[in-house]
Amino acid sequence: MNATDSLIAPVRHALVVEVPRERAFDVFTKGIDRWWFRDHHIGKQPLQQVVMEPRTGGRLYERGVDGSECDWGRVLTWDPPSSVRVSWQINGEWQFEPDPSRCSEFEVRFFAESPTRTRVEFEHRGFERHGAAGQAIHDAVTGGWGALLAAFATATGPVREAQA
Amino acid sequence: MRVQALGDPTRMAIFERLADAGRPLAVVDIAQGLAVTRPAVSQHLKVLKLAGLVIDQPAANRRLYQIEPQSLAELRDYFDRFWRDSLLAFKQAAESPEEPS
Repeated sequence: MNATDSLIAPVRHALVVEVPRERAFDVFTKGIDRWWFRDHHIGKQPLQQVVMEPRTGGRLYERGVDGSECDWGRVLTWDPPSSVRVSWQINGEWQFEPDPSRCSEFEVRFFAESPTRTRVEFEHRGFERHGAAGQAIHDAVTGGWGALLAAFATATGPVREAQA
Repeated sequence: MRVQALGDPTRMAIFERLADAGRPLAVVDIAQGLAVTRPAVSQHLKVLKLAGLVIDQPAANRRLYQIEPQSLAELRDYFDRFWRDSLLAFKQAAESPEEPS
């Protein structure tokens, strides 16, 4: 845990789904391709499928229509049907960041309110860790969160002309 | 070249101090308790300002510095919206009759 982890407040959401806890967990994880917005991806090819491998250490990745794969993160904790925690290894250039210490993460927890109703609590935290990813991204990004991450990277990086 | 994961720790500390303060601070206030000179603090503030993360304003015979409120809020807001919409899509998928793929 870094002292900087609290610089940007986590994004939190909670919702109730009218299904058993096991199903809610399965649809969120193994069924992620069913609900993921098709325009939210980073690969060069159009999105064919989003896959979360159902185990700790499993990959979260996209597969393009040409079969090419592009990683998004790793399953850090796989604890069905209670919770799943995943690293968000996408940098400000919308590319995979292999170093998890430079990445944020999200956690989803599932609580049975009844046999057919589940409360889902979502948290995405540690955004500021992306900021230290390096200065080279600064000129490469043009908008969205990338520009902000780049600004943050510039501000938090060492004083030197670093090349990625 | 490997960039240190947390970047420059002094600049990070300065940024944190401004974030925690929640009000404009002068260089002398920022430097207090940090093991760096005031000119060094000023240099770090300059970088933060150029990056759009910190803004300053004149006050009497000195300048006051504070976090640019929009800089971090926009990043967070992007993900707030992104996940809110995605979780609604998840809810619809979970409650629809098809089996998860």
